[in-house]
Amino acid sequence: MSGTFVGMPAFPEAAREAVGNTTLRGNLRHATHTIRAKRAKAVTEVSDWAELREAGKRIKDHTLRHLDRYLEQLEEAVTAAGGIVHWAADAAEANEIVTQLVKMTGESEVVKVKSMATQEIGLNEALEAEGIRAYETDLAELIVQLGKDRPSHILVPAIHRNRGEIRDIFSREMSEWGRPAPEGLTDTPAELAEAARLHLREKFLRAKVGISGANFMVAETGTLVVVESEGNGRMCLTLPETLISVVGIEKIVPTWRDLEVFLQTLPRSSTAERMNPYTSTWTGTTDGDGPSTFHLVLLDNGRTDTLADEVGRQALRCIRCSACLNVCPVYERAGGHAYGSVYPGPIGAILSPQLRGTGSEIDASLPYASSLCGACYEVCPVAIDIPEVLVHLRERVVEGGEVTREGNRVVLRPAKGHAAERAAMRAARWAFTHPGALRTGQRAASRTRRFHPRTLPGPGRAWSGTRDLPPVPAEPFRDWWQRTRGGKDGAR
Amino acid sequence: MNSRERILGRVRRALVDVPRDDPSYEQAVSRDYACEHGDRSVEQTVELLAENLADYRAIVHRTDAEGLAGLIAGLLEKRGSASVLVPSGLDEGWLSQTGVTRVTDRAESTPHELDRVDSVVTACSVAIAETGTIVLDGSPDQGRRRITLVPDHHVCVVRVPEQVVSSVPQGLERLDPARPLTWISGPSATSDIELDRVEGVHGPRTLEVILVGDA
Repeated sequence: MSGTFVGMPAFPEAAREAVGNTTLRGNLRHATHTIRAKRAKAVTEVSDWAELREAGKRIKDHTLRHLDRYLEQLEEAVTAAGGIVHWAADAAEANEIVTQLVKMTGESEVVKVKSMATQEIGLNEALEAEGIRAYETDLAELIVQLGKDRPSHILVPAIHRNRGEIRDIFSREMSEWGRPAPEGLTDTPAELAEAARLHLREKFLRAKVGISGANFMVAETGTLVVVESEGNGRMCLTLPETLISVVGIEKIVPTWRDLEVFLQTLPRSSTAERMNPYTSTWTGTTDGDGPSTFHLVLLDNGRTDTLADEVGRQALRCIRCSACLNVCPVYERAGGHAYGSVYPGPIGAILSPQLRGTGSEIDASLPYASSLCGACYEVCPVAIDIPEVLVHLRERVVEGGEVTREGNRVVLRPAKGHAAERAAMRAARWAFTHPGALRTGQRAASRTRRFHPRTLPGPGRAWSGTRDLPPVPAEPFRDWWQRTRGGKDGAR
Repeated sequence: MNSRERILGRVRRALVDVPRDDPSYEQAVSRDYACEHGDRSVEQTVELLAENLADYRAIVHRTDAEGLAGLIAGLLEKRGSASVLVPSGLDEGWLSQTGVTRVTDRAESTPHELDRVDSVVTACSVAIAETGTIVLDGSPDQGRRRITLVPDHHVCVVRVPEQVVSSVPQGLERLDPARPLTWISGPSATSDIELDRVEGVHGPRTLEVILVGDA
């Protein structure tokens, strides 16, 4: 999917268009408000939420700080359990590895469990180019795939579609991919789910190769964990003969016991359930049960670059629950597509520019796709301080400085577009250190306030395009203070 | 340099700020959270399991050892099942009162063959009350993972109170990570249409849980 995001306009342009789409805004408002209330209830059910959150944060932080050791431990455990471990430095290498593995089986189709990592690397397109058809089996992914659309949410990639649109896509497209949608399909969610069940069943039953990601990998045991709802995950993980899992290197937890934290916080944060319907765990291969061949592809693709940033690395704690998307006022209005990445919303605004660098227009604009209200930080089950990282990344975009790209230290130049902002800041600094000039300027501004424009001219126009200019008071505050309560005997 | 060395090298360079005496795993990880929520008697824990299973649309039955075979026979009959998948190590007595055709769980069966079977009856490994979860670990009385996946009707027997724990931490402690595990909390469901939960997608659409015990 990454390919389809290339050449995306910067966030403000994409968002402006999205905000004008009333269907989209209605769909998003309905869905995010539904899940927000449910999540809040699911979280209140556990009295020790704060402690679970702190434990999750610490487990992930510790793992990241010793990631080399845990990666080696994981590799050893997976290998000992009968799995084969591959390492992919970037998307191209991961796609190449998976394509070769599929070709070795002689198959020309695969079934896929919903996976952010494979979306990120654009695996489906890479397989397609080699004549291998990848069937998405998660309901929302299926809606996106059939609709030739892009995902707009981490958990529910088709959140931007309402039931009527989904019915239309199913009726129109299912026959192109296999079993057509039932005649007279209505838009009730149960019927739509049934249509997906029938459509995908034949694909599950004949599949020889399954491709998945993983929510967690346990270093000490070599166990992988997939958390899901529909059973499509179980189908892909147990029916095929070959299983290929593509997993980001940050998905490790050190011990089996660590799962007790995340299996409590993840379902409540994502679908607002005490527990999701199905969780599968597997360790290598098991004789006579499930795939006889298991490949694990460990993916870097910008993660080590992110790790090198001491402030930004906390983004790698993310467990992809999507709670931050659901509470974000910006996401609710702009939708996921405006973020130009498979990782939309607040987490995407800090993850994409770190994984991909801030070289493109969209990536340089993402740290600004936020009002810094902090709701994302509050709901995050691993306490990622998203506003802190946003501000950090803004600073990097504006001022440049040393960053790591593909493992190498490089020095970024300050962004060009921020010259006016920098000039304004320099002027402000000068004014605030020259009280006399500040006073004169403020008085002049007050006297001329009738003539002030409502919008800024020149480079300031973009800023005032979406904001009201604050009115200048009739009298500067300092003068007012001096006149009313100033002096030695004032303050009454 | 291969990619393994390249990635590990990048990780090590990225972590130059981490001191040699960085806190160990035991020091770094705090476990101030509860090992279970609330204070319940054994019977109350079983009751909570039943409530939470039902809350996520599993159908819950309670019986004692003597009533079990009759109950299972009744459930299969009511469902109209013509065939039932049976894990190799399932207690013989459980199916002693039903005449439904038995299909043994075998490695050779194809997914298409399993798809033609109406129901499956299994035991479980552990059940978690707080989340309404049953966990299967592939033991002989639970069978291969796929047999509880492809048929549309799953009957799962939980021995109470011995197989019931209160919480997720207690559940994990009882489980062996080396075995392939399936955690089941209600029938398959999706929230993919407008983030609203709908039961019944690819896994069994009907999950019946029998709590069997003398209590």
